[in-house]
Amino acid sequence: MSTKTIEEKQYLLRFKCDTKSHLTVLNHDICMTSCPDKLCTVFCPAEVYKWEGTRMQVGYEGCHECGSCRIGCPHENIKWEYPKGGHGIVFRLA
Amino acid sequence: MPEKFDVIVVGAGPAGTACALVCAQQGLNVMLIERGEYPGSKNVMGGVLYRKQLEDLIPDFWKEAPLERPIIEQRFWMMDKESVVSFGYKGLEWGVEPYNNFTVLRAQFDQWFAKKAVEAGALLVNETVVKECIVENGKVVGVRTDRPDGDLYADVVVLADGVNSLLGKQLGFHKEHRPDEVALTAMEVINLPKEKINDRFNLEDNQGCTIEIFGDSTQGNLGTAFLYTNKDSLNIGVGTTLSSMIKAKLKPYDLLDYLKNHPMVSPLLAGGESAEYLAHLIPEGGFRSVPKVVGDGVVVVGDAASLVNAIHREGSNMAMASGKMAAEAIVKAKTRNDFSASGLNSYREALYNSFIMKDLEKYKDAAHTFEKYPQYFKEYVPMMNKAASKFFTVDGTPKREKQKQIMKSVTAERGTIRVLQDMYRAWKAVK
Repeated sequence: MSTKTIEEKQYLLRFKCDTKSHLTVLNHDICMTSCPDKLCTVFCPAEVYKWEGTRMQVGYEGCHECGSCRIGCPHENIKWEYPKGGHGIVFRLA
Repeated sequence: MPEKFDVIVVGAGPAGTACALVCAQQGLNVMLIERGEYPGSKNVMGGVLYRKQLEDLIPDFWKEAPLERPIIEQRFWMMDKESVVSFGYKGLEWGVEPYNNFTVLRAQFDQWFAKKAVEAGALLVNETVVKECIVENGKVVGVRTDRPDGDLYADVVVLADGVNSLLGKQLGFHKEHRPDEVALTAMEVINLPKEKINDRFNLEDNQGCTIEIFGDSTQGNLGTAFLYTNKDSLNIGVGTTLSSMIKAKLKPYDLLDYLKNHPMVSPLLAGGESAEYLAHLIPEGGFRSVPKVVGDGVVVVGDAASLVNAIHREGSNMAMASGKMAAEAIVKAKTRNDFSASGLNSYREALYNSFIMKDLEKYKDAAHTFEKYPQYFKEYVPMMNKAASKFFTVDGTPKREKQKQIMKSVTAERGTIRVLQDMYRAWKAVK
């Protein structure tokens, strides 16, 4: 089967999750008050960011480590690091 | 006393590995640091690897490297909602040695390539993140890793840390990318039996085809899609500048699914089995985004230096070539024992005199032009489709009359002067 949803796509991947997030939303109030579009929830290719009404939930476990959120956040409100060595996404093919 | 190397290379992708390989071949003491579980585990590429720059490093590599198919046909599609104007080139000379380019799966290819550097004497350390460069008196003298007691020292540190290059930013070589300097690309590998691929793409076993798709593939946004044939899988992907994605509020995976379900594309994928989904940024800022590439005790190569020619989908070849040039400069610096910026400057000179910077210079205005004037993707692609449909539909209208009608409809939509302006602007951007 060819995937139809992002959940199915993410399910194809292997992750070696760290216990600690490599992505940090610095100030959730900024998301709430200054960022009506919450763009990271739109363009993140792994749907890592989900707005929960008062705070941004960060599902770092499914991150592709592409860097788009760091560059695309209009408020530079995301601290972005690499996961600890050997952790995070493990691409097996392309 | 901490361990000291001649060279520490950060990142075992095409640029870093090429640099480590050449340095090791020249007898330098090289450490190659990779943050992933293995080289290639963090890397994503549509899949086209050009032969020439790797051949310069490893003659006859195609006899042993894990390659998918030599590409004998390159197609270009200008796609509308229910139609496509296509052109391309297929040549059997690309199907025999020395070949032109190949499709590859990077997780496999990068491991093989890094093994070549190891065989030449480089020390590969996986699962290690370099947190920062160690700088003393303005000179890079080593790297701080996330391992316990993880400080390592070297005469030269090579930043091959990819598109995000946090280390280049730490050193102030470049600022953060703007969203219009990077392309966000999402792709899938879709398994499909070899016979089906051969039939659908009109290929023999050891022949490959690439299709670059413009227009409706990005819903008119600045970017492209691609469909490449592997041995028994297809790589399909689509990317636009992050700024376009933001502006149009696009989700990359929705765009990918839109492409997969497009009536021009879906018959080629039918019955396929998704095997992997991958997303990555491509540094497409071009000539003007290339940062400082040489400093005291440090050089920058590959994606970290934005060495990508988006128009010609060249990147990994430039990465390898830049890695080789950096290595040659390091070897030269070693003979004089001068690892200052001026001692390493022959890398910068070689880079700027090579096809890499010449090509980036040629297209320095292209991305900006196509971003600023979206009509090329949004309006001209549908117009081309309408024109082709009209011209090739036999309905009793004389051909000269058809030509007139087509010209009229084009100028009616955009206005004669604007059409001429558009043509001139596009020509200027790529000339």
